[in-house]
Amino acid sequence: MATETEGGSGLNIHPMDQFVVQPLFSDGPVGMFTVTNATLWMAIAVVCTALLLVLGSRGRSVVPSRAQSVAELAYGFVHKMTEDVTGKDGLKYFPYIMTLFMFIVMANSLALLPMSFAPTSHIAVTAVLALFVFIGVTVLGFVKNGASFLGLFWVSSAPLALRPVLAVIELISYFVRPVSHSIRLAGNIMAGHAVLKVFAGFAGALGIFAFVPVLAITAIYALEVLVAFIQAYVFTILTCVYLKDALHPHH
Amino acid sequence: MATEPTTAVLTPGDASADGSGMPQLNFDTFPNQIFWLLVALAAIYFVLSRIALPRIASVLAERQGTITNDIAAAEELKHKAAEAEKAYEKALADARAEANRIAEETKAEMQEELDKKQAKAEAEIAAQQAESEKRIDEIRANATASVEEVAKATAQSVVAAMGFEAEQDRIDQAVDQRLKESA
Repeated sequence: MATETEGGSGLNIHPMDQFVVQPLFSDGPVGMFTVTNATLWMAIAVVCTALLLVLGSRGRSVVPSRAQSVAELAYGFVHKMTEDVTGKDGLKYFPYIMTLFMFIVMANSLALLPMSFAPTSHIAVTAVLALFVFIGVTVLGFVKNGASFLGLFWVSSAPLALRPVLAVIELISYFVRPVSHSIRLAGNIMAGHAVLKVFAGFAGALGIFAFVPVLAITAIYALEVLVAFIQAYVFTILTCVYLKDALHPHH
Repeated sequence: MATEPTTAVLTPGDASADGSGMPQLNFDTFPNQIFWLLVALAAIYFVLSRIALPRIASVLAERQGTITNDIAAAEELKHKAAEAEKAYEKALADARAEANRIAEETKAEMQEELDKKQAKAEAEIAAQQAESEKRIDEIRANATASVEEVAKATAQSVVAAMGFEAEQDRIDQAVDQRLKESA
C-alpha cells in the first residue's frame, strides 16, 4: 500500500486488508457469482479435501501409504467423534459432519499460507455454516421427536418452581447457539491473522530490532496452526452435541 | 499524505475505502461468499459421500477383517504348535520306553544265549573229559597188556638164559599171578 511507505508519522498498518473480498479477474463490484479470492481459496480447500481423501485412498491398501494414513486418520477422528457424542444413530449424519470438518480444517490451514485468503474469517461464511447446523438440527429434532423435542427446554430434573425460569434460559441459550457457533470460528481466525499482520507491521517499522516481532510471529504462527485445527474440532464437536440434543432431547 | 495513490489502489469492495473498518461487515460481499460457500460444501459433500467415505470405510473394514483373520490364524497355529509339542513329547516318551524295553529284551536274550553257550560248553567239556578218560583207560589197558607181554617175554628169556626149558603156559600163569598180586 502506498500509505505504508509514506507513513512518516508512525506505524501505518492495515491488518484488516487481508480479509477484503476482491474480484480476481475484474475491478468491478463483487456480485453474487463473481469469482473472488474467497471463491479461489474455497475451491482450493475443496480440491485439497478431494486430493487427500480421494487420491490419498485410491490405493485401498491394507497397509496404508502416508496419504492414505492421513485420510484414514481424518475419517477415524470424525467418525469416532460422531459416534462417541451422538451415539450409533448419529452415524447416519456422519457425511454432513465430515463435510463441515474437512471444509473448515482445510480452509483454516490453507489460510495460514502467506498471501492467502481465509474464508472462515468471514462471518458470512461461518454464519451460514452455523445456521446450516442450527436449522438442520432443529428440523431434525422436531421430525424425530415431534412435540417432545420441546422437552429439551423443560429440565425435568430441576425443582418444579424453577423449571419455567430454566426453560426461558434454555430457550435463549438454544437460539444463541448459532451466534456463538459462528462468531467463535470467525473471531478466532480473524484475530489470529490480524495479530500476525500487526506484528509484521512492527517488523517493518523496527529496523534492526525486527527480529523480535519476527520471533513473535513465529510463535504466534505455531499457535495459529493449533488454532486452525482446534477451531475445526470445536465447530465439529459442537455440531455433534447439537445433533445429539436433536436425537435424544431428554437430559 | 499522498491520497491519490491510496484511492487508486483501493477498490470499491475494499473495507478501507468505504470506511467500515472490517471487511467482514461489508454486506455487499455476503451473497458472493454465501453462494460460493454453498457450492464448495456441495462439492465436498458430493465427493465425500459418493467416493471418499465409502472407500475409506471399506478399506478400514477390510483391514479389520484381515487383522481378525490373522489373529484367528495365529491362534490356530499356536494351538497346532502346542499339539505338535505334545505329540513330540509323547513320541519321545514312547521311544524312551521302547528303548528301555529293547535293552531289557536284548539283555535277557544275551543272558539266555550266554547260559545256553555255557551249558553247551560245559557239556562239551564233560564229553571231552569223558572221552579223554576213556582213552586214558584204553591207553592204560593197552599199557597193562604190553607190560604183561613184555613181562612174559622177559620171563621166558630169563628162564631160557638160565638154561631151563620152561613151558609157555606156566610162565604166563606165573606172570599173571604176580601181576594180580601187585595190582
